[in-house]
Amino acid sequence: MDWIDAEVEAPLTLRVNGVPHSVRIDTRTTLLDALRERFGLTGTKKGCDHGQCGACTVLVNGRRINSCLSLAMMHADDEITTIEGVGAPGALHPLQTAFIDADGFQCGYCTSGQICSALGMLEEVAAGWPSHVSGDLMPAPPLDLGEICERMSGNLCRCAAYPRIVAAIQSYAASREGEGA
Amino acid sequence: MIAFDYLRAADRDQALSAAQSRDGARFIAGGTNLLDLMKLQVEAPRRLVDIGALDLRQIERTDEGGLRIGALVSNADLAAHPLVRARYPVLSRAILAGASAQLRNKATTAGNLLQRTRCYFFYDPAVPCNKRTPGSGCSAIGGFNRIMAVLGTSEQCIASHPSDMAVAMRVLDARVETVLPSGERRALSLDELYRLPGDTPQIETHLQPGELITAVLLPSPPTGRQTYRKVRDRASYAFALVSVAGIVSMEQDRISGAALAFGGVGTMPWRDRAAEDLLVGQQPSRALFDQAADTVLAAAIGHGENDFKIPLLRRTLAAVLGKLTETVA
Amino acid sequence: MSEASITMDAPFERSLLDTAPAPLVGTSVSRVDGPFKVTGQARYAAEHGSGDLAYGMLVRAPVGSGRIDRLDTAAAEAMPGVLAVITDARLIRNGGDFAGAAAPPHGSRDVVYFGQPIALVVADSFERARAAASAVRLSYERKPGVFDLAEVLDSAEPPTNDIFGLFLIHTEQGDVAGALKQAAVVVDEVWTTPSQSHAPMEPHATVAQWDGRRLTLHGSYQSPVTTRDQLATLLGLETAQVRVLAPFVGGGFGSKLGLMPEAAAAAIAAQRLGRPVKVALPRQHVFEMTGRRPATHQRLRLGADADGKLTTIAHETITDQLEGEMFFEPAGIATHLLYAAPNRLVDHKVARVNKLLGVSMRAPGEGVGQLSLECAMDELAEKLDLDPVELRLRNEPEVHPETGQAFSSRSLAECLRVGAERFGWTARNRAPGRCRDGEWLIGHGMAASARGNLFGPAKVRVRIDADGLAAVETEMTDIGTGTYTILSQIVADLLGVALDRVEVRLGDTDAPTSAGSGGSWGATTAGSAVYAACEKLRVMLAEAAGVTSGNAVFADGMIVAGEVRRPLSELVGNGMVVDGATAPGTSNAHFSQSSYGAHFCEMRVNAVTGEMRVARWNSVFAAGRILNTKTATSQAIGGIVFGIGGALTEELVHDVRTGKVVNRDLGEYHVPVHADIPDIDVLYLEERDRLANPLLAKGIGELGVCGSGAAVANAIYNATGVRVRDFPITLDKLFPGITP
Repeated sequence: MDWIDAEVEAPLTLRVNGVPHSVRIDTRTTLLDALRERFGLTGTKKGCDHGQCGACTVLVNGRRINSCLSLAMMHADDEITTIEGVGAPGALHPLQTAFIDADGFQCGYCTSGQICSALGMLEEVAAGWPSHVSGDLMPAPPLDLGEICERMSGNLCRCAAYPRIVAAIQSYAASREGEGA
Repeated sequence: MIAFDYLRAADRDQALSAAQSRDGARFIAGGTNLLDLMKLQVEAPRRLVDIGALDLRQIERTDEGGLRIGALVSNADLAAHPLVRARYPVLSRAILAGASAQLRNKATTAGNLLQRTRCYFFYDPAVPCNKRTPGSGCSAIGGFNRIMAVLGTSEQCIASHPSDMAVAMRVLDARVETVLPSGERRALSLDELYRLPGDTPQIETHLQPGELITAVLLPSPPTGRQTYRKVRDRASYAFALVSVAGIVSMEQDRISGAALAFGGVGTMPWRDRAAEDLLVGQQPSRALFDQAADTVLAAAIGHGENDFKIPLLRRTLAAVLGKLTETVA
Repeated sequence: MSEASITMDAPFERSLLDTAPAPLVGTSVSRVDGPFKVTGQARYAAEHGSGDLAYGMLVRAPVGSGRIDRLDTAAAEAMPGVLAVITDARLIRNGGDFAGAAAPPHGSRDVVYFGQPIALVVADSFERARAAASAVRLSYERKPGVFDLAEVLDSAEPPTNDIFGLFLIHTEQGDVAGALKQAAVVVDEVWTTPSQSHAPMEPHATVAQWDGRRLTLHGSYQSPVTTRDQLATLLGLETAQVRVLAPFVGGGFGSKLGLMPEAAAAAIAAQRLGRPVKVALPRQHVFEMTGRRPATHQRLRLGADADGKLTTIAHETITDQLEGEMFFEPAGIATHLLYAAPNRLVDHKVARVNKLLGVSMRAPGEGVGQLSLECAMDELAEKLDLDPVELRLRNEPEVHPETGQAFSSRSLAECLRVGAERFGWTARNRAPGRCRDGEWLIGHGMAASARGNLFGPAKVRVRIDADGLAAVETEMTDIGTGTYTILSQIVADLLGVALDRVEVRLGDTDAPTSAGSGGSWGATTAGSAVYAACEKLRVMLAEAAGVTSGNAVFADGMIVAGEVRRPLSELVGNGMVVDGATAPGTSNAHFSQSSYGAHFCEMRVNAVTGEMRVARWNSVFAAGRILNTKTATSQAIGGIVFGIGGALTEELVHDVRTGKVVNRDLGEYHVPVHADIPDIDVLYLEERDRLANPLLAKGIGELGVCGSGAAVANAIYNATGVRVRDFPITLDKLFPGITP
């Protein structure tokens, strides 16, 4: 059995944004702290460290999760995408551009999480997942205001850019649909 | 968070023996509640056995016409599964009413059943809590208790069970399938799984040390309409103050079958078969719904700030029963 | 280096901002820092430091009033990776106040509130520091304490300090008691509001480094210079020995104004260990040891004649605060000026409690004071059977009703009329509790909004480099307010350069000192200082071009005057630098300056459960020139939602046995989420305030909070017929009064 003993740093390789990061790591390290403190990927934010704010949202194998409530050791086999993998200042992802255009943020601290969460959310909608506010559980849900708000409610924004975040997501989704058609 | 040994188990046998090999070992799957509590040192396992690699992620039909849900199926996958949406909508609805999308993507079926209370005082090691530190006292009694339970409480603990999913599981007569360290398997109904706090609020289930939940079994879907109604302080991302899971069938103008379970009000996901029995064979009416509420709430005890849960449950139950029994034009 | 200063002693008849040929100011410019924020490249406090960075975790007091008599650190010190357990007497007891250089209380094991920091554990990793902090053992002697405002209302006394004249403690005119006896209609009720938490998304954090001579802090501060000055005093250093940097701040709302415990602890540890130390507060510590909006108990009495003319306004408030602290919640602050009435009383008292420090929180005073005033006006309108909009219009004062000062600008009446029109107020529900859609009751409510416009001294440096690039340097911060963007816009317009040819560098105490982010004055003070500098630069550039600046047009990187047409880069030589400054003058002293607005909303209330939903919202504001319509609208929405949270869900609960914060996380302290907030319509009216500052603009950062919660409460009453005067209006207070 491959035990890692307490207070022993274990070797770990995590694939983040397609790049392998190899470190020796305290088993207690969360995925969030590994990203921020060990890999220098500080775009992912620590807002509460308890899954209650969504600022730490990243995509793991395409799905959005709170990186604060997961141990780094649990992700050796996963493909992790952080905000740094979404786009860069000179090469923005269209959703990032939509956030700037709609002013979908103020202080900016929740923004990485909002954007990663929105990307995960759109995939969930595309997969036909219902939400708490879906009138009927069976048909593919619409991407209306109520659905977006409910599905994004795991991402707090104390500056309350909420209506503008929703506008950014709607604008991006509409442009994507336009391209697809 | 104290230091712990960590093992990512390759299979079930490895997981079971690893958990046996040291006191204070815990299984970890989603980790959304366990890590939350470990960071505050409310939970302090000396050994974590990561069962994430175990092959427990299937949802299958059973020979009896029900479903077998692997213990590691995420809450999100379970809620979105076509068979669950079509045949057990109360379960999809309950899951979707809980937590956030991010948490539902991570949290597992078995982990959700075993999640611990959100009692403010349980979450703070600086104050007494009989559930966290047996014998230290209950800070919720005589303290701010707005979110606490009114049913199933004891003089040692009034903490409520926080799960939405477990309320739906309870109304659906779900059973958990487990494997003991010896390799022996058994199945427990949720009535058999959960314990009331009594004098030992730190012990919340009848699982034995090292026993692993491998699946949740749902019987064939019950007849009748299903619904889950949750009342909370925010429109989303908040624990239930009161919730009602209901399944009611009608024959002509009379109730032919009823199952009811309640969240936010009990020290465990709450069910009251006497109230269900009282409804069956009757014509729906506000008076009848009140009688059912009287039965459910007969032993309810408020502690001040949470007194409101008693009338709120009454009103919510009546509204749910009204919807479930109304004739569709 | 040249200097330029503007003091507001006279109306500003001509603002250079109105002369720009293609102005950016006043338009919808996207945030210039946006690309950094949406890509995660903006670096916040805890994201600095590298190499041998050490991690600190504070240890808190587990008693609400008492004395720590034994602190056993041996077990913690013996743990792997632990570098020190610091119990230095300079660890601060609570945060510093928002102004002044005095060191916050420190140096004692006396505990005055539950959660007070008493030690710092430093280790070589976050995980090790956190574990070791849990291993510190202590014993304490418990002392009597006061943990509930309701119990000590009778002991309340006038505040000891009027906060540099900003808050009026007591004003009185006419005969309140006599007028109330004569009044045709009277409202006399008590409203209460609980402690609230700022809950910025970025927890307080500091990375401190000591190089043997100078201390450098990267942190999350609204006013870096205040943090610097208080820290220098605390540690016995010259201010020049401390540099504080805060280029990106993840929200503050008042909680990051003074020196907070994490910054003092990190600095002490960095000095002692000789290596950089990071102290990032866990969210629980943000709730427990930074600051809160004080609880209030407000008695409000209104008297009116049968025509709805107010004869009396009396607003008596009691708030709670730690012993010895000067801040108090000035809940009557807007009551001084919102409505005319000959007989008036505004009074503030403070009761001393053992709870976490009370500090400014977004719209201190108005934020909770306009809940009671604007709800009382709603109750009065109902008693008079008068439209609440009309009631407010009938009591619109011509001059400041207490001081007789003229208003620098006041468009409240226009806001009320336009807002009513946009909302469709005439079609509102008029009979409380009678408009129903299935299980949902529908109601409409409104409230007025006012927030004092402050002006303070601020300095900036503006330079034009040899290549024609403009730069602004100031200690001022952008905490989400849009400072980077609006300062860029002002420079671009006044010097005629493109927006991407302006660089704004903020949040550094080595740069000229500003007024900081707080009190909605950041844009107008720092912006005016930029204006002063640019005005001087225009003169210098014109001189270099051999023209007079009054005839010159600055556009496209050129100065143009008659036949002369020269690129700035040709004129600046090795570069031009001007330090710009502003100072309040007689205009600020002689006129009443405030921003105004009106909120209208539709609420849906579930008749079975009492659950509440904001269904529709219109707000109209007038705040002088709006510098950037995009960021200003975001500010307004943010303020409105802050008010909605305060009305419906936000309560920092203190255990009445210990004062401990019971709900010390974001799971149980409920700030609004996406699903709580509908689309929010905001309109700013065209207005110019020539007495406020050369920008002709007034503050907007807190205006949205003011009155918005009252609009919610009034709409809930209109929906249900139930008045709840004990905020927040949670469903448990509402449903018992509603027939399902």
